[in-house]
Amino acid sequence: MTAMSDALLEVRGLKVGFPTPEGLVRASDTVDLEIYPRETLGLIGETGSGKTVLGMAILRLLQPNTIIEGEIRYRGRDLLSLPEAEMQRVRGREIGIVLQNSGTSLNPVYTVGTQIAEAVILHQGLSGPDARQRAVELLDAVGIPDPVRMAGEYPHRFSGGMRERALIATALACRPNLLIADEPTKGLDAVTKRGIVDLFSEIDRDHSVLFITHDIETAGDLATRVAVMYAGEIVEIGGAEEVLGDPAHPYTRGLLASLPERGMQPIPGSAPSLITLPSGCRFSPRCGCAVENCSREHPGLVEVGSGHYARCMLYD
Amino acid sequence: MIEVTDLETCFSTGFIRRRVVRAVDGVSFRIEEGETLGLVGESGCGKTTLGRSILRLVEPDRGRIVVDGTDVTALSRSELRCFRPRMQMIFQDAYTSLNPRMRVRESVAEPLKIHRMGSRTDIDRRVRELIEEVGLNEEHLNRRPYELSGGQNQRVVLARVLALKPRFLVADEPTSALDVSVQAQILNLIRDLGHDYRMTCLYISHDLGVTRAMSSRVAVMLEGRIVEIGRTADVLDRPSHPYTRRLVDASLTGPCASLERLPLPAAPTTVEVRSGHWVEETV
Repeated sequence: MTAMSDALLEVRGLKVGFPTPEGLVRASDTVDLEIYPRETLGLIGETGSGKTVLGMAILRLLQPNTIIEGEIRYRGRDLLSLPEAEMQRVRGREIGIVLQNSGTSLNPVYTVGTQIAEAVILHQGLSGPDARQRAVELLDAVGIPDPVRMAGEYPHRFSGGMRERALIATALACRPNLLIADEPTKGLDAVTKRGIVDLFSEIDRDHSVLFITHDIETAGDLATRVAVMYAGEIVEIGGAEEVLGDPAHPYTRGLLASLPERGMQPIPGSAPSLITLPSGCRFSPRCGCAVENCSREHPGLVEVGSGHYARCMLYD
Repeated sequence: MIEVTDLETCFSTGFIRRRVVRAVDGVSFRIEEGETLGLVGESGCGKTTLGRSILRLVEPDRGRIVVDGTDVTALSRSELRCFRPRMQMIFQDAYTSLNPRMRVRESVAEPLKIHRMGSRTDIDRRVRELIEEVGLNEEHLNRRPYELSGGQNQRVVLARVLALKPRFLVADEPTSALDVSVQAQILNLIRDLGHDYRMTCLYISHDLGVTRAMSSRVAVMLEGRIVEIGRTADVLDRPSHPYTRRLVDASLTGPCASLERLPLPAAPTTVEVRSGHWVEETV
């Protein structure tokens, strides 16, 4: 892939490792991706594939003993080498994040309005009453009914879907250029999920979104491009229609075939441990198309269509 | 065969101003032997409470439940305990369903010991059989829940349930926390084992794709009531109740019906729109 200078965010050769007594957990391995202005990039993959770690690494939210290599360039600046004080100005203001588990992301002892206002006071220097007003506007914008009253309520009065909306409101409070949304539809029922998906497609915006999800259909609804992660690597990336409509990588095909609507054919076996990864292609032990060479050589990303890449020997 | 008639379960909430919430509000349905009935609806509609009420894990306030010819509502506490092996439930979060201090071997043996099903060697042999049936092997026997993945824990839960050879199983969103490829493995397993053990099943889910794959008939629940019930294809492809239409729309891509609350009649009446397909009339 060629480096594009018009990308808002460029991740180059990102490696993230967690030292553990059992060995180094390679949660992200040589990840390359770009996010362009105003696009929604869907990042899909299963539990433990490294999606969340990638989102957290971009904002440098990982624990201090994490081993991080590579480059994360945001508007030309390498975030990994920024001093902490400058990084603090990027978080929230330039890049917003909606973390997983909306239930635990809000502080139970402050009202929701106070928590949104806090972000606005901190990053935009608004006065208390102005910030409060802005919090109400934001709640209104994300579709919370009766926002004036709800701003004064505590998180336990919010349902799962409403908490998710409140968190999205907080993340959007400072009008970031990039919004990282980590599983914002997890645990929501179909109707509530649909509301959140609609919200993402409706909020009028100039920002890009990195939409992390294990829900393939949601990614298909929202994303312009989709990246598929497996065992810490991107195994396929390209336009959403190409990747989900005509998948090239056997893993992506397997994921789609395991959907109940598409025959519910499970992928045999289970995902490898990130400490002892299989040699060669990481998916080869579970792959129906694997040939001898697959367990020996580690494939690179190969262009299979316009802007559509897959990490598979089939296309070498 | 399961027959539920006019079941009602209420909770009272509020410390100073008591308020009664009718979580299950006059529900009646039948599930034929070996059949799986899907139960769909939004969070908070009463799906889980209905499942728990049928097993008397929460006491219903009114109504009758007949499981395999036995009136469950009329059983005393001790009679109910003896009847328990015949009706079992599995939950969304397998990890919290298992005792974190027990190894798989102990977890699977526990129900057999409680209900005194065989000698120690019998139980040990049965545990090994069960663990193979759910697709695990000997090496998992000495693990504890935190050493297993979500899918593997759900398999252990299934082994525990099957140990008792239940006639009736309530499955409460057992795969909603799992990834699609693991979900497919577990759903196939539940379907195959349900068939092998000739289990009658109430399958609770908010995922219409899963419901379609698992059940031959489906019931739609809204605010404690069943507003539509019938064959899966009839209900999900030709929904008659506006709420069912909304659920179906929400799970599709493209324009979606309004998400406003529907007004419901105070005294509902049900009509049969086609053979075996019943819908509550709207106001």
